[in-house]
Amino acid sequence: MPDLSSNTGGIRSPNPFWLASAPPANSGGQVQRAFDAGWGGAVWKTLGRPIQNVSSRFGAHSVAGARAIGFNNIELITDRSLEINFREIYDTKKKYPKHAVIVSLMVETRDEWRDIIKRSVDTGADGLELNFGCPHGMCERGMGSAVGQEPKVNQEITSWAVEYSSIPVLVKLTPNVSDIVPHGLAAKRGGAHGVSLINTIKSIISVDIDRFVPEPRVGGLSTNGGYCGQAVKPIAMHMLAALARDERFRLPISGIGGISNWRDAVEFILLGSSSVQVCTEVMLRGFRVVEDMIEGLEEYMRTHGFSTLESMVGRAVPSYSEWGNLDLNYETIAKIDPALCIGCNKCMIACEDGAHQCIHPNPTGARMPVVDESECVGCNLCQIVCPVEGCISMVGVDNGFAPSSWNQFVEESRVLRPKKGAH
Amino acid sequence: MVSTPLDPDRAESVFADFKGEYTREQATLEASRCLYCSDPPCVKACPTHIDIPQFIRKIATGNVKGSARTIFDANILGMSCARVCPVETLCVGDCVYNLMHVPPIQIGKLQRYATDRAYAEQWRFFEAGADTGKTVALLGAGPASLACAHELRRRGHGCTVYEKRPVVGGLNSTGVAPYKMKADRAADEVDWVLGIGGVEVVTGVEVGEQVSFQELEARHDAVFLGMGLGPDTRLRVPGEDLPGVHGAVDFIEEMKLTKMSLAGVRHAVVVGGGNTALDAVREARGLGVTDVVMLYRGDEAAMSGYHHEWAAARVEGVRAEWRAVAVGFEAGADGRVAGVLCQRLDEKRQPIAGDTFTLPAELVLVAIGQSKLGALVQSLAGIEVHHGRVVADERGATGRKGYFAGGDCRNGGKEVVNAAAEGKAAAQAIHAYLTGGL
Repeated sequence: MPDLSSNTGGIRSPNPFWLASAPPANSGGQVQRAFDAGWGGAVWKTLGRPIQNVSSRFGAHSVAGARAIGFNNIELITDRSLEINFREIYDTKKKYPKHAVIVSLMVETRDEWRDIIKRSVDTGADGLELNFGCPHGMCERGMGSAVGQEPKVNQEITSWAVEYSSIPVLVKLTPNVSDIVPHGLAAKRGGAHGVSLINTIKSIISVDIDRFVPEPRVGGLSTNGGYCGQAVKPIAMHMLAALARDERFRLPISGIGGISNWRDAVEFILLGSSSVQVCTEVMLRGFRVVEDMIEGLEEYMRTHGFSTLESMVGRAVPSYSEWGNLDLNYETIAKIDPALCIGCNKCMIACEDGAHQCIHPNPTGARMPVVDESECVGCNLCQIVCPVEGCISMVGVDNGFAPSSWNQFVEESRVLRPKKGAH
Repeated sequence: MVSTPLDPDRAESVFADFKGEYTREQATLEASRCLYCSDPPCVKACPTHIDIPQFIRKIATGNVKGSARTIFDANILGMSCARVCPVETLCVGDCVYNLMHVPPIQIGKLQRYATDRAYAEQWRFFEAGADTGKTVALLGAGPASLACAHELRRRGHGCTVYEKRPVVGGLNSTGVAPYKMKADRAADEVDWVLGIGGVEVVTGVEVGEQVSFQELEARHDAVFLGMGLGPDTRLRVPGEDLPGVHGAVDFIEEMKLTKMSLAGVRHAVVVGGGNTALDAVREARGLGVTDVVMLYRGDEAAMSGYHHEWAAARVEGVRAEWRAVAVGFEAGADGRVAGVLCQRLDEKRQPIAGDTFTLPAELVLVAIGQSKLGALVQSLAGIEVHHGRVVADERGATGRKGYFAGGDCRNGGKEVVNAAAEGKAAAQAIHAYLTGGL
């Protein structure tokens, strides 16, 4: 039985699945039900000076019948009193001593930080998460992503928090920056025990094309919201890996951004997450989704020989490199399996209109198109559009050329194979 | 309104749709499943070659008006075809999903969704072309002539449709199984198609009777033969004239257009194994007849009716007597038919001596085909008639100058979609002829 227990900068949980700081972790009742369902931890919805929210808070990006593959919100931090929140955190921690409860915080002044951290620690919570990420509303008041976008401010507030806290401090980073690394390093300089990323991405989710108002619509106006959900996963994983592979960083990371199932979680862990946080999938489908996440992760670890989560964290990071290090002589071509091809011609039209014009009608008149292997550049587009699993394979070709990256070509004058598809 | 008012209490009104209509959500989800194939088999399978992936994608994106335009541009009878097409053997049957053992896209239901919406919203897509001064006579007001007339109007030619019945719409009005489409919907289609304007419809006039071909030729510049098929073929066995024995096509027309009571009918026998026979057995069941038997001279595999229709009939409780023919009808005490005397056949369809049986039947529907109307035009020099069908080239031109043909009278009795395709193609040929291109 693989050991799923997780340790993120000293915050331990029975498994790596945490509720992210968001509506599902708004109250004790929710967090306790989540723990009953199997969640290993929860980052409480951000505490600060309670705010007033608008009506109409969420918007969705739905594609081809798949609802809400992307999601955004313009909700702010907690609107409940600090007293109630702290009492519920205390109760939850009492009832669930082995689960991780992390308190997310966002205030302005040094005194406020000192006060709220002291009260948070007194609840018995396992850690703090500094919300330097929220990209809507709070940032207009100088908090959230307004802090996360300024490494100096980030470092300074982090250092206050670490000074006042007797429990681990994570800094939640905003993706609304051109390069995540300086911001991770700022948190490290401030003394953080780890970071969590990504917070939501600044977005306009959609426009009501009859009213000429963006969504979510608050009366006749809208504002930019925080984008999240499955669609943001690739952006989140890039930022995660960028920090995970940076020699100067080397802090634990709690991964966030579009994780909706065990497979997503595995990918985040392989790219360096010690724990993973989930919000949107829970908002759309409820706490019960964690059952499959745990089972799937366990089965993956079993079949891949990982006995502990620790041995798996970052396993794919060394394979993330620069383009200049990729082997230009590595060659693949598309092969279509005639036994599986259904003759939809999606590969042919995609190659013809969108790639390199090397898939053609079958000269025999059969519906299965043929690949001109002498021109196929191995781009994967045909395999991506093919509806039949396993029908199109990208097969390696031994072209006799020794490996050469662009860097090796430039620096060592290595030989490159002739170009294909550059007609 | 070209269509004639219908009796709201006509017998067919008891039927519900066999394939229900989609809600917007259902249509969007189903449309989103479409693979949007390139040059796909579904389009090839459609006689009118509707760009199916394109109309489905437009449903998925919410561009339902554009979707309907795509359908009607290829097939102006797209609304009725969505309901009556045997999609299982055409587009849906050829959907590539079948090869993946995944349920195929419900193309007919999606087409119905888009075309019903067009009718409900009264979207119109086509306008008559500038008047050419030429006019065309069209024989019969069924699908072939409607499709032909609409296409001719787009090109500016005047049209006069001659229909011998009081009802327009052809078999769409009088013959389609009511669980697929009822006569009111066929009437809607006639009005919608002829809404392009400039089509005169003359009912109750039979060419060859009230008006001669010579008169037609004097009045018009071209003639389109779209008169369909003739009356039911008769068995010519003793007792066929007993009350309660009907030609199936006659009976179906009566059911679709008038009130009808089957009180007292507990057993019905339908003679035949084609699609009219399959419609008739399902209709008899739907009208409340408890015991419905299809009597067919061949076996199940030899039946010319669609197997998906037979499967549905079986589910509805119809049974079959294979390899048997009706050799006579017996009268009951009331003088009406009470039984069908049947003769069992061997594998070579020869009678097995002594192997006879009687099926009880208060209603008998004979569905062994319809007569061909080729004889009507056989006397016209140049027109060739083969097995009762008017011979025409692939564009619909007959051997007589200015005469074109399409639909059942030419193909011997196929689907509405074939009539639509042939009528439209013939209009293009007529246009070429009228403008000197042929």
